[in-house]
Amino acid sequence: MSSPGSQARSKRFRELFRALAYIAPAGTIIIVFRVLPIIAAFAVSFYYVMMGKIVGFSGLSQYWMLLSDSEFWNALVNTSYFVIGTVPVSLFLSLFIAVLLNQKIRALGAYRTVYFLPVVTSLVAVAIVWKWIYHPRLGLLNSFVGLIGLNPLMWLEEPEGIFSLLAGRVGLSLPRWMGGPSLALVALTITNLWRGIGYNIVIFLAGLQNIPNEYYEAAKIDGAGRTQTFWKITWPLISPTTFYVVIMTTIVSFQVFTLVYLMTGSPVGGPLGTTKVLVYYIFEKAFESGGDMGYASCVALVLFAIVLTLTLVQRKLIEKRVHYS
Amino acid sequence: MRILRKIPIHVILIVGALSMVMPFIWMVSTSLKSPQETFIPPDLTRLRPTWIPNQVILTNYIEAWHEVPFPRYFLNTIFIAISIVTGVIITSCLAAYAFAKFDFPGRETLFIFFLSMMIVPQAVYLVPSFIIMSKLGWVDTYMAMTVPWLAQIFSIFLLRQQFRTIPDDYYDAALIDGCGRMGFLWRVLVPLSKPTLITIGLFALLGSWNSFIWPLIMTNSDKLRPIQVGLSYFAQEQGTEYGLMMAAATFCVAPIVVIYFIAQKQVIESYAKSGIKG
Repeated sequence: MSSPGSQARSKRFRELFRALAYIAPAGTIIIVFRVLPIIAAFAVSFYYVMMGKIVGFSGLSQYWMLLSDSEFWNALVNTSYFVIGTVPVSLFLSLFIAVLLNQKIRALGAYRTVYFLPVVTSLVAVAIVWKWIYHPRLGLLNSFVGLIGLNPLMWLEEPEGIFSLLAGRVGLSLPRWMGGPSLALVALTITNLWRGIGYNIVIFLAGLQNIPNEYYEAAKIDGAGRTQTFWKITWPLISPTTFYVVIMTTIVSFQVFTLVYLMTGSPVGGPLGTTKVLVYYIFEKAFESGGDMGYASCVALVLFAIVLTLTLVQRKLIEKRVHYS
Repeated sequence: MRILRKIPIHVILIVGALSMVMPFIWMVSTSLKSPQETFIPPDLTRLRPTWIPNQVILTNYIEAWHEVPFPRYFLNTIFIAISIVTGVIITSCLAAYAFAKFDFPGRETLFIFFLSMMIVPQAVYLVPSFIIMSKLGWVDTYMAMTVPWLAQIFSIFLLRQQFRTIPDDYYDAALIDGCGRMGFLWRVLVPLSKPTLITIGLFALLGSWNSFIWPLIMTNSDKLRPIQVGLSYFAQEQGTEYGLMMAAATFCVAPIVVIYFIAQKQVIESYAKSGIKG
């Protein structure tokens, strides 16, 4: 004789097994090809690896090595330049375009389609075409540079910092640490902006369309100008979307790899290593020089820590906003 | 008057739109030029590049198509894309159904656990994935190209949200009427969720067509190379043959661009919706 309690328990177990059977196809794949590799990445970061073979336990010492690894710091600085170059410009341009598109404009659909086109285009094609555009001698961009009366630039082959280049134009020379990102890295940033801006425009447009029209009508009746309307109504009401765009763009930019690999991959890491970014460094350590997968995992986990921190910050900020409203 | 006021807005938008399409036009324009013409440096006396080739030729396309086995790369990619789109839809429907409608212990915990895996950058699991693939003997096989991508966490998430909007009363009624759990999923939930399924299918299609890093690491023979890897090797080998490179880039992006123009509303809405996740 089974008691009602044990009957309920066995029913719950049946439910559990049934659910697990439905989840199993996706679940198995996620566990084997996502969860296990992530655990393995943590584990292997505590070991010395050479040519893909574990040769000894390192504990945390490889993490300490990072601190004095100038190549790692170079990669971190380059990645930061890339992120700092991408995020504010992308935010400004995409919000600006989205606001213009939100003015009950004719041909909205056509504009949106065109701005979004690069987002669905493969990064490989993007890289190949932009490399051709940046060609120092035959490139399209240098012919525009010539149009405004400047000397042709080396673009992807230019290791010199953008600030020292600018200072050079007016006859100044800057110390190396003030040089800024190389022109090559700036060129990569421009391509990345071009490719990603359509996504942010679409996200902003969706956010803008959620703002009730009554607010704008009220502002109009009160005689508010365009600028005032933007800062008093649009900007505060769009801020959850802005948080999302800023954090997502930052997270994605920190993981830049394909463009760098394809556009400045040879010689390795671009002119004088000035475009070597974090994921490139990971790739190089793990697959190109000596198969040092332990150290590569250390760098990858530092990247993870950065991304995780940003995600948590976003959560906190969004929670705060929810409390306000 | 209203129209006049909007002219400055249109001017800005058109300048922006031109800078978005210019690289595409330059790509196609170069692909139609003879090698001699691509080698004419931008004319500093005329100060403008030639957008329309002096002599339009199509030989770049024919040459690029045959120089490396692009037909093979296309077939590989089509096969991989079809497998992944089908697989993702099936596995997502099953898992999302369980997470949305079944009441079992640990449901939320397991779901949040899966979701949290999405934050981890690919760079973290790429290296160990390669080791796992070698251990399984899957490097340079279709298994490595497809199996790990047959389940996508974000698709499960999107579909679960959709399934939850369908009232539980339907579910209870269907079970009483003897429709069965599987029957309810395929005959009620799935037909009611077409837009979300299209979104998932589009993401899976775009993802597999454009994927590069994974197949770059997991393949080392021509036979298995999907299109993006093939294109990147082709471009590296060409050196200075820009006409050939641009022709290859053009036919590699063309299928997706065509699909995009046909389904642009669905594509853009899919991305817009995906952005509004908590």
